[in-house]
Amino acid sequence: MCLAIPGKVLEIEDAVRPRMGRASFGGIEKRICLEWIPDVRIGDYVIVHVGFAISKMDEEEALKTLALLREVGEAMEELRIPEPEEHGGFPRPPGGEADAIR
Amino acid sequence: MRFVDEYRDEAIARKYSEQIHGITTRPWTIMEICGGQTHTIVKYGIESLLPEKITLVHGPGCPVCVTPLGMIDKAVAIASRPDVILASFGDMLRVPGSSRDLLAVKAEGGAVRMVYSPLDALKIAKQNPEKEVVFFAVGFETTAPANAMAVWQAKRMGLKNFSILCSHVLVPPAMEAILSSENHRVEGFLAAGHVCTVMGYEDYFPISDRYRVPIVVTGFEPVDILQGIAMTVRQLEEGRAEVQNQYARSVRREGNVLARQLLSAVFEPTDRAWRGIGEIPMSGYRLNRDYSEYDAETRFEVTGIEARESPLCIAGLVLQGLKKPHDCPAFGAPCTPESPLGAPMVSSEGACAAYYHFGRYKKEKVAAEARGR
Amino acid sequence: MNPATNEEMKNAKTGPDPAAGLICPVPIAEYKNVLLAHGGGGRLTQQMVRKMFLPSFKNEYLEPLHDGAVVPFNGMRMAFTTDSYVVNPIVFPGGDIGELAVNGTVNDLAMCGARPLYLSAAFIIEEGFPMADLWRVVLSMQTASRKAGVELVTGDTKVVDRGKGDQIFINTSGVGRIEPGVEIHPNRAKAGDKIILNGPIAMHGIAIMSVREGLEFETRIESDTAALNDLVMTMIGAGRDIHVLRDPTRGGLASALNEIAETARVGITISEDRILIDEEVKGACEILGLDPLYVANEGKLVAFVAPESADRVLAAMRGHPLGKEAAVIGEVVGDHAGTVVMKSRIGGYRVVDMLSGEQLPRIC
Repeated sequence: MCLAIPGKVLEIEDAVRPRMGRASFGGIEKRICLEWIPDVRIGDYVIVHVGFAISKMDEEEALKTLALLREVGEAMEELRIPEPEEHGGFPRPPGGEADAIR
Repeated sequence: MRFVDEYRDEAIARKYSEQIHGITTRPWTIMEICGGQTHTIVKYGIESLLPEKITLVHGPGCPVCVTPLGMIDKAVAIASRPDVILASFGDMLRVPGSSRDLLAVKAEGGAVRMVYSPLDALKIAKQNPEKEVVFFAVGFETTAPANAMAVWQAKRMGLKNFSILCSHVLVPPAMEAILSSENHRVEGFLAAGHVCTVMGYEDYFPISDRYRVPIVVTGFEPVDILQGIAMTVRQLEEGRAEVQNQYARSVRREGNVLARQLLSAVFEPTDRAWRGIGEIPMSGYRLNRDYSEYDAETRFEVTGIEARESPLCIAGLVLQGLKKPHDCPAFGAPCTPESPLGAPMVSSEGACAAYYHFGRYKKEKVAAEARGR
Repeated sequence: MNPATNEEMKNAKTGPDPAAGLICPVPIAEYKNVLLAHGGGGRLTQQMVRKMFLPSFKNEYLEPLHDGAVVPFNGMRMAFTTDSYVVNPIVFPGGDIGELAVNGTVNDLAMCGARPLYLSAAFIIEEGFPMADLWRVVLSMQTASRKAGVELVTGDTKVVDRGKGDQIFINTSGVGRIEPGVEIHPNRAKAGDKIILNGPIAMHGIAIMSVREGLEFETRIESDTAALNDLVMTMIGAGRDIHVLRDPTRGGLASALNEIAETARVGITISEDRILIDEEVKGACEILGLDPLYVANEGKLVAFVAPESADRVLAAMRGHPLGKEAAVIGEVVGDHAGTVVMKSRIGGYRVVDMLSGEQLPRIC
């Protein structure tokens, strides 16, 4: 039900149906099914459950969330979490792009 | 590992822990649906980072725990046949049936093979044309599309020696069953992030409205869980009952459209029995007419198997959050992880197993030490 | 054990039978047949050892249940150990069953603080096993024993019918000498002892899984199989108050620490962030849903060292090729006797329990 982890897409086999590919999980490479991520590109991160990619990592959302998490420290004094919008998209921190996560 | 390690950051986790301590003024009971979330909570000791007022209840979000006893018995019966290879995820191999589990069948000489993916089961079928290969297709909505793909592929390839023993369950009906049961104490939910990755979260709005409970779609890393809890507590403290998406990096409101299309093509909703809870209407999947030939239950005529649950096991009450594992008279003796009476003790993230391992250590002491550091 | 006794035991009722000298200790109701889990190194193995083997062969040398027995011999102390190797596949990234068979027994002797001297090797070979593969295994054992500085002095060969043995099983036994003044066994663990681990964990188990059918994935992870006796001698040279040594093989680091905690009746606290795991090993554990704490190692050891000597021993380890990444991962405490507690990397606490059976990959 639950165990799914992000992997980086290294290869896409367009010619086969269902569409397959290879992804790297911290260096481990596994052949996975990409049939449900029609717009996948090499270099994208996908979330993989039992050998199937079930979603593409929204890197912008990920970075937003992480940037906000870091901000949580500054906001702590007021004991307030900035109000998340209905879909969970957090406002960008003031001052431009969040630091890229390496 | 990218997009994993960042969500295991100690400093961020600590800040969320402090924040939750800061905003909690009243006791709240929150249920996390998914076994994977329970696993994280136990593995990282998250409960020791929460204020005493927050009670986490481990919900029935573990296919191991809720697969009906009769279904295990059917799997055991099928696997015991000499002409069959039963392929299964690792989780299911140790779940006790009425008389034995699948590992015991293996010990007696049955062909039971563990696989990582349903496609591996297909491969076994192709490589062993003289055998019948049955895949034990369990799981929630996260796994259902993968299992559907295996069946869809089998049909496309004209594979005759493949079938699935289908025991899929759905989350929203289970949540409703819990919320509509009289004595439930759940005040907020962490919804299962990977189930929602597939299905989206439209289904939760009416539930949240009808029962006035906050539902926060939450991920699986410790920071995700802490953030999800923080968001839920925030809503509870402010008297709100909304659906929020903490796991936005994976979950879209509409879910994964292609995966859902495949589900509709292969499965249809059906009533399902949940171990320990009973039958919940329209809470499972079965193969629809186009694919019914791949149903192992009919192919092997095991539909009539009766199951006898241990009379001592109160798994249902535990799974619904109505009782804690240590309220069970059998807890610890005779029911232990080595000799489990029911599923929540078998699965390493079953509530009873989690309590068994953690509870032997004085919880207050741990929490006190954690605060002191 | 003769077959007649086995029969009696199988049919015995639970509870004492005054007529029999032996009482069947594992309640028949529990397990009618031996399961794979009984060989897993976790709780079930422990149960079988403590309830069946220990009472059947009761003597002071067996009691400690350490990796090897320490027996008196001609005025000195001899360490004596045995181990069987049944790994499948027999060739895996980083080694093969032969290398494992030598290193494993050498290590068991080293964990007693002994200098390994002589090994025996008994082969049980399945009919049809390719001769070339047998050569490969034998040559690996030759290389490994030379590297470890031990001599293989006696052996035995049996061949069984096709289908009655999984390619090849190897049993190695070994003897070694313990120098005076060296006292290393689990009972010596004491509150305050620092726990040192010599390097990253979970490599061997993952290397095996990576080639096991059904779980294939491509990786560069190799088994860490290695003879640790030279490292151990270096450590002993640096500090005589090393109290316990253990190599965490089946059942992983968690099982080894639990065994020591239970045997010595002490509490152990470790920190997740001090335990090294290679990136790829972590990735594999993530995909399969395995906890690296329970995954097998073959070139790792934990040492329980008196706090005064810990720095010296650690420095000596770091100067050795097999200890370059050695680190203190925790300590023995006066609390929670018999239990291992881990501070997770996010600061929460959890109990690290003994494995119940085999750790299985999961989807949930």
